[in-house]
Amino acid sequence: MSVTPQLPPIGKIEQRGVVDLLAKERRIDERKLTDYRELKIETGLVQKANGSAMVHLGKTKVMTGIKVELGQPFPDTPNQGVLTVNAELVPFASPTFEPGPPSETAIELARVVDRGIRESKTIALDALCVAPGKKVVIVFVDVYVLDHDGNLIDASAISALAALLTSKMKRYEMEGEEVRTSDELVPLPVQNEPVAVTTAKIDGHMILDPCLEEELVMSSRLTVTTGRDGNICAMQKGSLGTFTDQEIRQAVKTAIEKGKEIRETIRGATAGR
Amino acid sequence: MNKPEIKLIGENGLRTDGRRLDELRPIKMEVGVLDKADGSAYIEHGKNRIIAAVYGPREAHPKHIALADRAVIKCRYHMAPFSVEERKSPAPSRRELELSKVIRESLETSVMSEAYPRTSIDIFIEILQSDGGSRCAGITAASLALADAGIPLKEIVAGCAVCKIDGKIALDPSDIEDKQGDADLPIAYMSKSGLITLLQMDGSLTEDEFNQGLDIGIAACKKINEIQIEALKRKYISVKEQAEERHESQEAAA
Repeated sequence: MSVTPQLPPIGKIEQRGVVDLLAKERRIDERKLTDYRELKIETGLVQKANGSAMVHLGKTKVMTGIKVELGQPFPDTPNQGVLTVNAELVPFASPTFEPGPPSETAIELARVVDRGIRESKTIALDALCVAPGKKVVIVFVDVYVLDHDGNLIDASAISALAALLTSKMKRYEMEGEEVRTSDELVPLPVQNEPVAVTTAKIDGHMILDPCLEEELVMSSRLTVTTGRDGNICAMQKGSLGTFTDQEIRQAVKTAIEKGKEIRETIRGATAGR
Repeated sequence: MNKPEIKLIGENGLRTDGRRLDELRPIKMEVGVLDKADGSAYIEHGKNRIIAAVYGPREAHPKHIALADRAVIKCRYHMAPFSVEERKSPAPSRRELELSKVIRESLETSVMSEAYPRTSIDIFIEILQSDGGSRCAGITAASLALADAGIPLKEIVAGCAVCKIDGKIALDPSDIEDKQGDADLPIAYMSKSGLITLLQMDGSLTEDEFNQGLDIGIAACKKINEIQIEALKRKYISVKEQAEERHESQEAAA
């Protein structure tokens, strides 16, 4: 059962602070309404993973590790590799996170990141078939939220993409009935670069990249994921509260533009790695 | 995906089930279908067969989930094992958990939960047979069940999905259009205030295609809302008739 969550208390004064500033088109950390916080991307931190990326979005920290394994295909897609995305809200990332089975927040986060990657056909799953119906390559994308200061969806999507772009895998080939693995490492077949841009609505104002304080005040959020061609590949409205159709159209437009900028930053941080 | 190339739009511009691109599937609704629940509704939307039921406001359980200033809303979207082609395990999947969350958020917006602090309002949606757009039809039914339970609502919420098939935007995808189409865009909407309470998308759409899809989706939600109001009225009239009959028989006895 999904239950109305108990939001961590935010002081009335802090709440007023966020809202009053927005009325003057300003934010608590001096950003413009459509500014992101500083985005830093480090890759290759975990050598035992096929690829990894640590993303700092302001004080939010998310790491993604990629593991590539040989396994069995799904019966309905015998000629395709498998992509799985999972998200862990590590208990130390927030006083509200607890150990245990994944919460609905974690599941939603993983599924929104998954949809962005899957629907934009970022990984050429056809190229990951080793023996049709028997052996395929499985790509595990594990998103690890390490410090939660808001906008986990965008930070997670960025770290997942950066990790995928810098991953290397062994070459798997059939030799008779056996699978032969070469020591030569090749990049993953990545063919798109989906970027998620989340718009938060606070007291009628639309802002990008909400920090935690802003998330505690927001009425609703809308994530729009776009691919290289500027097409929308995934969307998710979240939280209580609503949007008018005009607000949604505006958020889509903003997400397409902002997505391009962020994609360039990710390219800069992953090029040649 | 390994798509067997079935044309989803025929030469005549009609879809596999004979509908136009902007045509809804047949929809039937009935309010008050269960005896024990405080409110309930049944919907047939295309081949979707869904019962939604509401209990509450009642004591929150476990107690610590209760909120001091309003009711908590609990929501479960669940598919019966026999509701799909291949038997589905009855254990809730990650998809069902995510949908339970977005459906709760979508409906919670419409509920005046401040009226019942420290209580719980529980919404159950059982998909008996699944077709395209089951989360939207589930919302349509659950909103009726909330109204049937007598819970004060700002407005009734109606849901409908939009898809892209053979390169064209189309309303209300059936199962095959949902699975083989190029995009799925479920929407839930409150007609009077013009507010969107649920929006998801997967697939590939240009900005123009999205805007077009949003337009026809909203128009469809308005139509579905009219069917909801009719269904509610039928229930109220039947309750009124029962009350009158009882009154008459009491008078006759006296």
